[in-house]
Amino acid sequence: MAFPDRIERVVEIAHPPAKVWAALTTAEGLASWFGQQARIDLRPGGSAQMTWTGGHTADMRVERVEEPAVFGFTWHIYGLPDDDPRRTYVEFTLEPTGAGTRLTVVETGFAQLPEDAYRKAYDGNTQGWASELGDLVDYLDAA
Amino acid sequence: MPPDLIAGAPDLEAIAAQVFVALADPTRRAILAALASGGPATATDLAGRLPITRQAIAKHLALLAEAGLVTAEPGERRRVRYRLRSAPMQVAQQFLAALARDWDGPLDALKDHLSR
Repeated sequence: MAFPDRIERVVEIAHPPAKVWAALTTAEGLASWFGQQARIDLRPGGSAQMTWTGGHTADMRVERVEEPAVFGFTWHIYGLPDDDPRRTYVEFTLEPTGAGTRLTVVETGFAQLPEDAYRKAYDGNTQGWASELGDLVDYLDAA
Repeated sequence: MPPDLIAGAPDLEAIAAQVFVALADPTRRAILAALASGGPATATDLAGRLPITRQAIAKHLALLAEAGLVTAEPGERRRVRYRLRSAPMQVAQQFLAALARDWDGPLDALKDHLSR
């Protein structure tokens, strides 16, 4: 299937996993290479956020924390409406290689589409504005 | 509603392909853009706004409805009104999100950061 669900990259880094781990999982680390500002509550279910100048914000939910080997989070699919339930899962895997680290990042879920989410998206978007505008008209009529 | 949207496992690729095919044509692009910016409209409404004949608009709307990208609904004075369906657009957007995701830039920045 040509619909891209999974993105994978492997990079070799000349620093030990502990140092890479800190860059991936601390606010200070994330803000120095990924976002421009970051905060993170590093525990499964914890929330994290990165912001960039220009106002773009990425809200993440921490899913896996296995120091210093696996760090996983989910985040919103860029471009979809904020209330869309679909999220992609990003997992960083750190493997020691001599003095360095082999870092693998895998992001999956671009092609996900559970039927209920699809129906919600479909129903929500075809009826949402119509019913909201209808409610507004009713409200104004009653006033 | 097209069959692929009713089935339990919709064919995402087919849905995205229909969106991209529709968007590749300038007339259909103009019609979809007009529906997105101005809301549901009849073929006559659209003919008043776009430099395209009503006949051509009606033909394209029929194609778009068949592809599930717009829905026909009863409008005022028994005219058929067309409404953009956002669900297929969101499927296409997921496809684009995967293409637009840049991991190479951030990973290069990570390496640079750690080398400092």
